[in-house]
Amino acid sequence: MCLCSCSPSRMEFPSGYGSHLPSYSVPSGHYSQVPSKAAASHLDNQYRASYYPTYYSAPAQNVMTPSVGTNVLNTQESQQLYNKTPAHTVGSAEGPIQGAISSASYLHTSAQQSYSAFGNHYSTSVSSSVASQGFPLNSDHYTMPMVSSAMYPNVSYPPVAAGRVYGQAFTSQTLPAVGQFKETNTFSSQSTSVPHSLQQHVPVGYNTTLTTISSAQSIQDSLCRNLTGSVAKVNNQINRGMQYGGYVNNQASSAPAPLSSSSDDEEEDEEDEEAGCFVPYFHPLKPFFPLRLNTRSMTSSPVPAPSVPQTSKASKPFGYGYPTLQPGYQNAAPPAPVQPNNPGHHPGFQHYPQQYPGVNQLSSSLGGLSLQHSQQPESLRPVNLTQDRNILPVSSVPAPVPNLNSDLRKLNCSPDSFRCTLTNIPQTQALLNKAKLPLGLLLHPFRDLTQLPVITSSTIVRCRSCRTYINPFVSFIDQRRWKCNLCYRVNDVPEEFMYNPLTRSYGEPHKRPEVQNSTVEFIASSDYMLRPPQPAVYLFVLDVSHNAVEAGYLTIVCQSLLENLDKLPGDSRTRIGFITFDSTVQFYNLQEGLSQPQMLIVSDIDDIFLPTPDSLLVNLHESKELIKDLLNALPNMFTNTRETHSALGPALQAAFKLMSPTGGRISVFQTQLPSLGAGLLHSREDPNQRSSTKVVQHLGPATDFYKKLALDCSGQQTAVDLFLLSSQYSDLASLACMSKYSAGCIYYYPSFHRSHNPAQAEKLQKDLKRYLTRKIGFEAVMRIRCTKGLSIHTFHGNFFVRSTDLLSLANVNPDAGFAVQMSIEESLTDTSLVCFQTALLYTSSKGERRIRVHTLCLPVVSSLADVYAGADVQAVVCLLANMAVDRSVSSSLSDARDALVNAVVDSLAAYMSTASNLQQSMLIAPNSLKLFPLYILALLKQKAFRTGTSTRLDDRVYAMCQMKSQPLVHLMKMIHPNLYRIDKLIDESTIHVNDRVVPQPPLQKLSAEKLTREGAFLMDCGSIFYIWIGKNCSNNFIKDVLGYPNYASVPQKMTQLPEVDALSSERTRSFISWLRDSRPLSPVLQVIKDENPAKTDFFQHLIEDRTEAAFSYYEFLLNIQQQICK
Amino acid sequence: MGTWSVLRVFFNIIAFDELKTDYKNPIDQCNTLNPLVLPEYLIHAFFCVMFLCAAEWLTLGLNMPLLAYHIWRYMSRPVMSGPGLYDPTTIMNADILAYCQKEGWCKLAFYLLSFFYYLYG
Repeated sequence: MCLCSCSPSRMEFPSGYGSHLPSYSVPSGHYSQVPSKAAASHLDNQYRASYYPTYYSAPAQNVMTPSVGTNVLNTQESQQLYNKTPAHTVGSAEGPIQGAISSASYLHTSAQQSYSAFGNHYSTSVSSSVASQGFPLNSDHYTMPMVSSAMYPNVSYPPVAAGRVYGQAFTSQTLPAVGQFKETNTFSSQSTSVPHSLQQHVPVGYNTTLTTISSAQSIQDSLCRNLTGSVAKVNNQINRGMQYGGYVNNQASSAPAPLSSSSDDEEEDEEDEEAGCFVPYFHPLKPFFPLRLNTRSMTSSPVPAPSVPQTSKASKPFGYGYPTLQPGYQNAAPPAPVQPNNPGHHPGFQHYPQQYPGVNQLSSSLGGLSLQHSQQPESLRPVNLTQDRNILPVSSVPAPVPNLNSDLRKLNCSPDSFRCTLTNIPQTQALLNKAKLPLGLLLHPFRDLTQLPVITSSTIVRCRSCRTYINPFVSFIDQRRWKCNLCYRVNDVPEEFMYNPLTRSYGEPHKRPEVQNSTVEFIASSDYMLRPPQPAVYLFVLDVSHNAVEAGYLTIVCQSLLENLDKLPGDSRTRIGFITFDSTVQFYNLQEGLSQPQMLIVSDIDDIFLPTPDSLLVNLHESKELIKDLLNALPNMFTNTRETHSALGPALQAAFKLMSPTGGRISVFQTQLPSLGAGLLHSREDPNQRSSTKVVQHLGPATDFYKKLALDCSGQQTAVDLFLLSSQYSDLASLACMSKYSAGCIYYYPSFHRSHNPAQAEKLQKDLKRYLTRKIGFEAVMRIRCTKGLSIHTFHGNFFVRSTDLLSLANVNPDAGFAVQMSIEESLTDTSLVCFQTALLYTSSKGERRIRVHTLCLPVVSSLADVYAGADVQAVVCLLANMAVDRSVSSSLSDARDALVNAVVDSLAAYMSTASNLQQSMLIAPNSLKLFPLYILALLKQKAFRTGTSTRLDDRVYAMCQMKSQPLVHLMKMIHPNLYRIDKLIDESTIHVNDRVVPQPPLQKLSAEKLTREGAFLMDCGSIFYIWIGKNCSNNFIKDVLGYPNYASVPQKMTQLPEVDALSSERTRSFISWLRDSRPLSPVLQVIKDENPAKTDFFQHLIEDRTEAAFSYYEFLLNIQQQICK
Repeated sequence: MGTWSVLRVFFNIIAFDELKTDYKNPIDQCNTLNPLVLPEYLIHAFFCVMFLCAAEWLTLGLNMPLLAYHIWRYMSRPVMSGPGLYDPTTIMNADILAYCQKEGWCKLAFYLLSFFYYLYG
């Protein structure tokens, strides 16, 4: 539904905010923001509607008596607070929201008006409130996912089921918000009032058909409409400690000294003398995987008795103690022994598995929702891995939702931009060590966003001691002061901040867009500049040796550039230049006024110099004709070259000299091993060692030339992007350094040839299109701040680390991901929430200095069970992959592989030892980690880490580079591709996106057993789609979808699906384009038949199967189990 | 002579602390530290040779482990064209930074003790 609601609202923004938004238009469409949710959406619905009450009713049976006292207190307190809240907040809660949705222009003008009163030029555009609030208005088809994600944590569900308890429940709803710091018990008091109604409701919801479900939905719907807004607002206020009771509007007179701008004067990167408070600790040397400290003693070491009652776990994980709920329960969440979690066993295969993602999502969110101490949350449900074969969810694996109260959750940063491996942060390092899971963040900070509040304001409100930007998780002590959520310093609210441009009211700082959105962008003032914002400068360094001309890439590059010349991000100052090189370096004088481009050849490669420094980088608009001439001529200029040498090093030195006055982006196209001048490399790969199971050498650089160059470039705000298009070994391990440390990106096209390898050529074309037109940020720095007590351990990605929490990024692009390992330096016992804030300061291509701020808030837990309940398995795997890459470079590949296996073994062993009564003969994982062994196995079979299978060194190194620099969504596809059966798409359930019907086939296991000869399958590997067609695939499908009469006539190299006027064709194409829309790089499609040589590429991704060199999934599980029992 | 070693290690510790508290850019810091590494190692090796010549077996025995460590450390340094040990791209890694600091403290203690030992022993 968010799709429906987003699009109209988005359409309207330009009218109001035209000036702020243009750079945010996203080529991939507005869908990208929520693919996973929407996919899971309709599946969850049926489930959630009926499932909730079951969960909530549970504590009713276990009311904890000691907690009653505090409860009563809480209730009173909350009611008091509630009463103090002026009526208008409740009543008008939907007012501003509606306003934001419907009348953007109204908002804008109003903002303008009222600002003039203040005399500041100040304008704020806010859009994201629409996203969170727009949902209640929508049609039922899509409504549920958003509603539930917003609502389900709330206590409102039991009353919904009860219907009439509604009024009563209203007051109790404020409880969780208030009791947030005493999460444990707020619940029980309220649940006592509901159980009877729940029990009536539950069986109905489970056993029967959609009609009851939909009725439940509608109740929810209506509740949402009536309540969400107002309740959330109320909670908000109470939460922030704002008391309006006796408040009078008299701020003007008592204006405190505004945040002195002198403290803002410091540059982002120099501001942190004070921020030193994060790191005063000297922490002991740890082994690389902190998880692996004496594992074996682990089992015998005393584990604190988990607060979850363990008695029921082994045989009867559910229902124990809740006899009345038994029947309903068992259907929904099949407990292991009785009814194995295997949808395949059920005749109604289509129906059952659909419920699981719902369970997943819901459970992880339910995780500790005050229930955790009285009931075992779903994410802790033990899963017997060796027995349950179908553990994959139906659609993509959702990110677990942190266990926060509903309004904090609604404000929290999207998991697509910011994710933590543990959504429940352990209180101490000791607890973290016990859990044997890595703690870290996965960031995608510069992601293309469809909605982003952009704030122009003369003062950017920040904490005075730690320089944190004001965010939704700060608390307002009163109207005039706010408390930093990272360092707990109390700061003044500056005068300007008192005015809220959104509601045009004064004295409501907590409703400012900065405080309502966890992802915001500020237009920075000159305080944030060391020099005037640089123009966009692009330099292309092209290999024109014989090898390059032979491969024919020049034509594609020049063509793409010509097509996209006008779409290059930039303003009127944009500059562009070209350098080509073989054994000499050629420069091109494109100075305006020349009749044609002038080539200047420098053959003194040992001491490179710039022949005419001023006319090599020229203004794109002034010299456009010359540039076009050059691009048209370039592909044919070198056709007869005999030069086989490549002087890459000198060319790069020249490029650096050319760029250093301004900074910008250097794009290097290289097709072979550099063989001349500085930075020359020698072949290090021994082809006989490609499939060696023992040692893989030369994963590190051979020389530090490229690293030094990258550091120099980074110092001059220049990033180097490498396109390696080689057919032979080119020592990517050394070359990649030029991009790694200058925050560039790396593209690799093995065995590239324009005509012999059309798939690669197409990929280059598509990548270039995206590369040239995507957003770009120049001279960027990124700082990650976190709550006192946490500290950053290691960074992963392409950048240069300039200090303990500051990354220097010469360029930042929307496809770059980062990972951060964290450690807990001080115990977090005195806080219940921790926050992480990333601030990315960059110069946009339009020469504006901007700061994009993301803030993530997570709860702190003290029990091991809760830590497991909040584990985000995908994030864990991605972080481990990053760590393993480092390990294999610094130590060895086999070390890294062992470390990966140990990570699974240790964490599962630690989990099983907490649940002491589990049978040792079974391999049990908590539900939140059930995919962990599968993903690790997939990692071990990934190109980067596999052994025994022939892997070219460059391929391996490239896979490693990707792991370090890809954001989580892409990385997960690389590690564990999605497999769908597509020959029966007509029968699948569908969703509607932009008037298109998109079928949603279930995910298949990556195993050959799923491939039937009668079917056709689509494998989504992120950057490539394989369509595998079985030998006996129905001719109808081949005819309709592929456009060929029968299997035999399908050609070997097919990369496009024809547009055939048939339903199955339309469905297939809409499904594929839907998959494509959700990612920036449009993947290449490859149709594979059984006799196709590309078959091996496809089959190597079937990671659950056994290969000569590696375990099958089942064997891997047995292996893990053996190691645990050792 | 011994004083020089002590001073250099002391400087080392200060430098890493500066890094940790964000005062200095890692590139600059590595550039100042790297040229000092080899002289320190050479002086220490020179001492060892002198002890060997003077047949101070006990002192030599005490210094041998450090000499071996120095050789190992220099052999396993990251790929670098210039002399030195510290790589600005990895130095900010918490593990490596902590290791370098710890190494600094240990060596400081060792040099100080041996300084007094040489003085009075």
